[in-house]
Amino acid sequence: MNLKQKLKVRTWIVGASAWGIALLLFFPILWMFLTSFKTELQAISTPPTLVFEPTLENFSLVQERSDYLKHAINSIVTSFGATILALLIAIPGAYAMAFYPGKRTKDLLLWMLSTKMLPAVGVLVPIYILFRDYGLLDTRIGLIIIFTMMNLPIVVWMLFSYFKDIPREILEACRMDGASPMGEVVKIVMPLAWGGIASTGLLSIVLCWNEAFWSLNLTAADAGTLTSMIASYSSPEGLFWAKLSAASTLACAPIVAFGWLCQKQLVQGLTFGAVK
Amino acid sequence: MQRAVTRTLLAPSVISLLLWMIVPLAMTIYFSTIRYNLLYPGEHNFTGLLNYEFFVTDPGFWPAVNNTLILLGSVLAITVVLGVALSALIDQPFFGRGAVRVLLISPFFVMPTVSALIWKNMMMNPVYGVFAWLSQMVGMEPMDWLADAPLLSIIIMVSWQWLPFAILVFVTALQSQDTEQKEAARMDGATSWHIFRYLTIPHLARPVAVVIMIETIFLLVVFAEIYVSTGGGPGYDSTNLAYLIYSQALLQFDVGIASAGGLFAVVLANIVAFFLIRAIGKNLTV
Repeated sequence: MNLKQKLKVRTWIVGASAWGIALLLFFPILWMFLTSFKTELQAISTPPTLVFEPTLENFSLVQERSDYLKHAINSIVTSFGATILALLIAIPGAYAMAFYPGKRTKDLLLWMLSTKMLPAVGVLVPIYILFRDYGLLDTRIGLIIIFTMMNLPIVVWMLFSYFKDIPREILEACRMDGASPMGEVVKIVMPLAWGGIASTGLLSIVLCWNEAFWSLNLTAADAGTLTSMIASYSSPEGLFWAKLSAASTLACAPIVAFGWLCQKQLVQGLTFGAVK
Repeated sequence: MQRAVTRTLLAPSVISLLLWMIVPLAMTIYFSTIRYNLLYPGEHNFTGLLNYEFFVTDPGFWPAVNNTLILLGSVLAITVVLGVALSALIDQPFFGRGAVRVLLISPFFVMPTVSALIWKNMMMNPVYGVFAWLSQMVGMEPMDWLADAPLLSIIIMVSWQWLPFAILVFVTALQSQDTEQKEAARMDGATSWHIFRYLTIPHLARPVAVVIMIETIFLLVVFAEIYVSTGGGPGYDSTNLAYLIYSQALLQFDVGIASAGGLFAVVLANIVAFFLIRAIGKNLTV
């Protein structure tokens, strides 16, 4: 074998094993997707049904059984609400730290990160009691507050790193022309950092959408998100796999797609720039 | 003037995070020293460290500590080892690399309750699950995963969710590896294994450390997977600290004991966070 052939064989082996492993790890998701188009009987048949006539029945039944739409709306309202709120709070702060850094800026950034490392279970009790006393249990507003605070450090951090990449000269030129600080943010920083703001928002939405600890503990019938709706299928009487799969597919599809779009930001956001 | 503007801009994020951190934490500390059960309102006597004693002597405490550490150690080992191997694999050129990458990272974006239910029902169910079918194919008795090996089942689910994260970070890190150095080594006759062993592995040391620290913070408090699949059982076999605290607080309504447990979790996480913050701080240029 000459070198070229050897290289070709090698590429082929690498490709085959990578595809094999990837499909194996993806299998549970694929299986869920396929099951959502089966009838309940096909879903639990052994050996598993591989060839079947797809039905859309489950998707319409999910709505009847567990009021899918209401939970979906709760998920959308809380993740988008919390993301917008976090961006509004974080943009001015990140701007100030990126363009007017002081001696304490680094410490401040690290302190903000440290709040993210407080385990949720450590403050479950006081949050639960505060929420009970202020009537926030099982409300969307309550969940929005929690999600906002949960993601604020990541959002500040990512915006900070995007803002820092904006060339200072542009801002100085703008300042010469007599723009106010607020005008600077709106006219220069926002348009230039638009891509960064969008992907930060996307990551925040993904994290809120999949959040499980607080939504399981703080919500019930009224403000329950898709995460808690799916959890209700864990009870024995919820053993309808095809419907469960349909509900899960509907709950996950948009966010998996979002996740694919923001892979890069995910690494940056979750490792706080420690890995580049 | 400039300073005042900067402060005003920073105020919303700083004040809200400060409240978010201090108020609940102070309340947890306070609750942990009083007798406080939601079922018996009105009685809030100071009890000193009694709640800590109750939490530590709870029959679930040592199993929970054990399970938390086993879960943490196993998932870290699985995700780091497989993560390094797989990211080195997909860092090489082959057909459909982008698609493989997308397939590999997808589990991370599936919400925890969904992945727990897929695994519990469609994979691990002793009668209708895919695993049961596979073991029948090879002539083995299907096993009831969640009843017979509850902790192992949780480990499998959680590793499946976190492996994509490790892969993502390592792939990102590998892309920044010096290709010229690799070429030079190859010219000098180094084999692929040598390049992997002496160039790639040292290059990955830092990302591995970061992945371990970040995963630790999340894995110490795994909750949804247990809540949905095993409910901590049978007995305390798959109860971890987070689940034990939850059951003290919202199933037995004992706020005092749950707060003592919560502080325990905070201290554990802070030990890791201390090193993580230092690692991040080193890399940070303002």
